[in-house]
Amino acid sequence: MTWNRKKAPTSADTPRARVLNRLLGERRLGWIGLAVALLAPFVDASNYSLSVLTSAALFVMLAVGLNIVVGYCGLLDLGYAAFFAIGAYVSGVLATTYGWSLLATVPVVLAAAVLAGVIIGGPTLRLRSDYLAIVTLGFGEIIRITANNLDITGGPSGIYGIPGLELFGLDLSSPVAFYYAVVVIVALAVVGAARLGRSRMGRAWRFIREDEDAAEAMGIHTYKLKLAAYIAGAVWGGLAGILFGAQLSAISPQSFTFLWSALILLAVVLGGMGSTPGVVLGAVFVSVLPELLRDAADYRFFVFGVLLIVVMIFRPQGLWPSQASERTPARRPEVQKEDAWQA
Amino acid sequence: MAGVADAPGTLSAGPLLDVQDLHLDFGGIKAVDGLSFSAHDGDILSVIGPNGAGKTSAFNCITGFYKPTGGKVLVEGNDITGARPSAIAARGVSRTFQNLRLFGELTVLDNVRAGMHMRMKQNAFDALLHTPRFRRSERQATEEANHWLDFVGLRGDRGGPARNLPYGEQRRVEIARALALGPRLLLLDEPAAGLNHGEKLELLDLLRRISALGTALVLIEHDMGLVMQVSRRIVVLNFGKQIADGTPEEVRRNPAVLEAYLGKDEESHADETEVPHD
Ligand SMILES: Nc1ncnc2c1ncn2[C@@H]1O[C@H](COP(=O)(O)OP(=O)(O)O)[C@@H](O)[C@H]1O
Ligand SMILES: [Mg+2]
Repeated sequence: MTWNRKKAPTSADTPRARVLNRLLGERRLGWIGLAVALLAPFVDASNYSLSVLTSAALFVMLAVGLNIVVGYCGLLDLGYAAFFAIGAYVSGVLATTYGWSLLATVPVVLAAAVLAGVIIGGPTLRLRSDYLAIVTLGFGEIIRITANNLDITGGPSGIYGIPGLELFGLDLSSPVAFYYAVVVIVALAVVGAARLGRSRMGRAWRFIREDEDAAEAMGIHTYKLKLAAYIAGAVWGGLAGILFGAQLSAISPQSFTFLWSALILLAVVLGGMGSTPGVVLGAVFVSVLPELLRDAADYRFFVFGVLLIVVMIFRPQGLWPSQASERTPARRPEVQKEDAWQA
Repeated sequence: MAGVADAPGTLSAGPLLDVQDLHLDFGGIKAVDGLSFSAHDGDILSVIGPNGAGKTSAFNCITGFYKPTGGKVLVEGNDITGARPSAIAARGVSRTFQNLRLFGELTVLDNVRAGMHMRMKQNAFDALLHTPRFRRSERQATEEANHWLDFVGLRGDRGGPARNLPYGEQRRVEIARALALGPRLLLLDEPAAGLNHGEKLELLDLLRRISALGTALVLIEHDMGLVMQVSRRIVVLNFGKQIADGTPEEVRRNPAVLEAYLGKDEESHADETEVPHD
């Protein structure tokens, strides 16, 4: 019933891939990823590259947030940009119209994201999972159209003059400082999502993805847990939205089209649903590749599309698929003596 | 219909499971048509009947996957008719499925941890901050999962995806998962299906060890040898109707049962299955 249930056998099953994954380990990979992000400005610290890097980092945060919904829990969300928009608009309005600092808007954004998650997820998650895709698609459009028509959101021209980030009296609005602040926040978001994924709740999400009935039979209230996944995704998206507004200082309805939702979903699927390293890689790939292809000028989205198709043909499970593997201590399972029965 | 003497040794007040005049219609089909039986602590009860008799449908009504169109299901005196499956599981009712329903992509250990979901003491904040409480509950869950896998005698790799195990091993994992819930009542839907002779013998032993834990067992099973050896009582269904309820001896001699299974003329083949004649 769930759209991603059937999986073809993959290279992730080969002993080599298993050894590789164990060797690297998610934690070590995380440190490597963080080091790369921290060192990148030393290679090129032009404003242009910093803006590409910052966008990539934000995209990573969105992708790990959507991964909670799609990758862990198996719920297809086609309107994820809506939560991103809610975060950006709520904090943007509070910061420009009411002069709040961005940090002060965080609790309000959290509340708005949770509320939106409950309003959309509450009724739809009771239905078959297919409905969610359609409702979320509509939700994404409704949020964008609403922002387009309200006065407080600035209508089609949006909001200008969103202040830069300032944390505890520290001005982080210069491109370099902002980039480093974003990297730290996104790193925490990635670790947080991964930790949730490896907890009691994260396992329950995967049980639901694998077999909803069997999960229910184990006492898992599947509706509540699906709602929890949806809300968690909303929170990640909303928080990323605050940073997005701070980066651009101006937002408008055009910033939150369906294309965004599609690209975030693409990052998740391309990287490997449910796999933290995969999704991070996918997000970087999807956000940076079009920039690297600038030389191809008019053809760059064509080339981008072809590359995506090639990846999906050769790695249908994604660049870095998630795979079930845990270390087990060498043990001798008690061997049952069949002879005893035949005697 | 019901009304057969209770299993010996039950001193507790009411039955653990009490199914009263259960009905389930699918459009015109009466999948279950007036089923009544009860199970007590420590019971081993079998539900038998030809294919399509309504056995699985009855299990699905008891465990909340189908809403019965009539009748009641009580667990320890509480009416659970029509409650959602997770709420029924929370009352200590666990089950396996006729067609294996493992979480195939997840590790064998994770599959068993599913059974502990309700009992694990950790919340989202513990998970985000990796508090001592989180670590403790994870460690306990792993230990317990290994314990249940030992209990069912799993030999294969526990750290890999469940779907990589051979069929018989997957069946064991499903039972381990159901046991990890700590059930008072365990419903097994055709646990011996697809098992070879040796595996069936091990299953028989496993069923007895589960019963020794104090867990009541209700099983749907086609293997008459196994059913006759392990059951204290047998309920027989045919076309949704309950045609017999009694001890293995009583059921074996019941003419209605023989007729349902074999037609009128071939009574003597009733127990000619792959029984270990020891
Ligand atoms: N979900 C369903 N929808 C319609 N008919 C069903 C459904 N489940 C079972 N049935 C019908 O109910 C009857 C009993 O089926 P089942 O309970 O699976 O029998 P058993 O487990 O004894 O072999 C059969 O006629 C079957 O076709
Ligand atoms: Mg059946």
